[in-house]
Amino acid sequence: MNIWVVMIITGMITYAFRLSFIILFEHKDLPPALHRWLRYVPPAVFAAIIFPEIFVRDGSVVLSSDNSRLFAALIAAMVAWRTKNVLLTILIGMAALLIIQAIQKQF
Amino acid sequence: MASPRSEFFSGIKAQLPILIGVIPFGMIYGVLALEAGLSIGIAQSMSFIIFAGSSQIVATQLFGSSVHGLVIILTLSVINLRHMLYSASIAPYLKPLKPLWKWSLAYLLTDEAYALTIIHYQEEDPATENGKNNRHWFFLGTGLALWLTWQLSTAGGIFLGVIIPESWPLDFTIALTFIAILVPMLRDRAGLATATVAGILAVLTLNVPLKLGLVIAALAGIITGVLVETKS
Repeated sequence: MNIWVVMIITGMITYAFRLSFIILFEHKDLPPALHRWLRYVPPAVFAAIIFPEIFVRDGSVVLSSDNSRLFAALIAAMVAWRTKNVLLTILIGMAALLIIQAIQKQF
Repeated sequence: MASPRSEFFSGIKAQLPILIGVIPFGMIYGVLALEAGLSIGIAQSMSFIIFAGSSQIVATQLFGSSVHGLVIILTLSVINLRHMLYSASIAPYLKPLKPLWKWSLAYLLTDEAYALTIIHYQEEDPATENGKNNRHWFFLGTGLALWLTWQLSTAGGIFLGVIIPESWPLDFTIALTFIAILVPMLRDRAGLATATVAGILAVLTLNVPLKLGLVIAALAGIITGVLVETKS
């Protein structure tokens, strides 16, 4: 299959996903029960994106002290909890990772 | 009620810190696309035809392999399936808008734009469903800021290459961005249970074919949240 064709079809499908419920519920109200379920979309999806990024290194789960990302992520989570500041969370999290990796190299 | 102008600019402003993570991500995509043998035209067009970072990165891997086109479409679509959840979640707030707004904002419904916009819509006055407000301008500002940055940073990766040393773990900024968004959301037991179950399941299902793991994990997390909420 031509790459352009694959790309355009994927783009159309992705756009259809994004548009789907916005159009589906254009003229009728969302059932209240569904409303309740949808409240949990953000924490569910974002946690599902984050966890593999910090727990999995090279295809396997790393829970030991070798996992510098896990430590840095915990520090970032504390900053996010206390400050609710996106910029500060990213900067301190990144600094934490670089410092932890530098320390690990020393030993 | 905030004016369209002020909503638009606060949307851009909210997106600015997140762009720190988006810029290296876009540049990495650009470099990977060329390394996989894609032409400059295809690499850059993908950024506005698909406009979804993680699926674009996977696309570079698949286009470089001998995987059949239909399998590529299926895999990339499953990765992007989460946008349906975003669509459902944001739909009630967009209901009063004209079709042109809906069709345009849907195109801008990325992870980052969704996260910031849903937080903004949920702030105070949650009963704006049928009432009028200008918060869609916030969505537009935040979505356009991300769109423009994504196009420019993927172009940067394509035309300039990445000058960042490999020892710099810049891909970590994506995880940090979502940590910054997620953690302040976890205000009750149900939300915490949702995130924990979804996160653990996402790790356990990492090897499920077609990248279905993320959607399975997210759905399990949502069910958990509702169950915990019902019990308490």
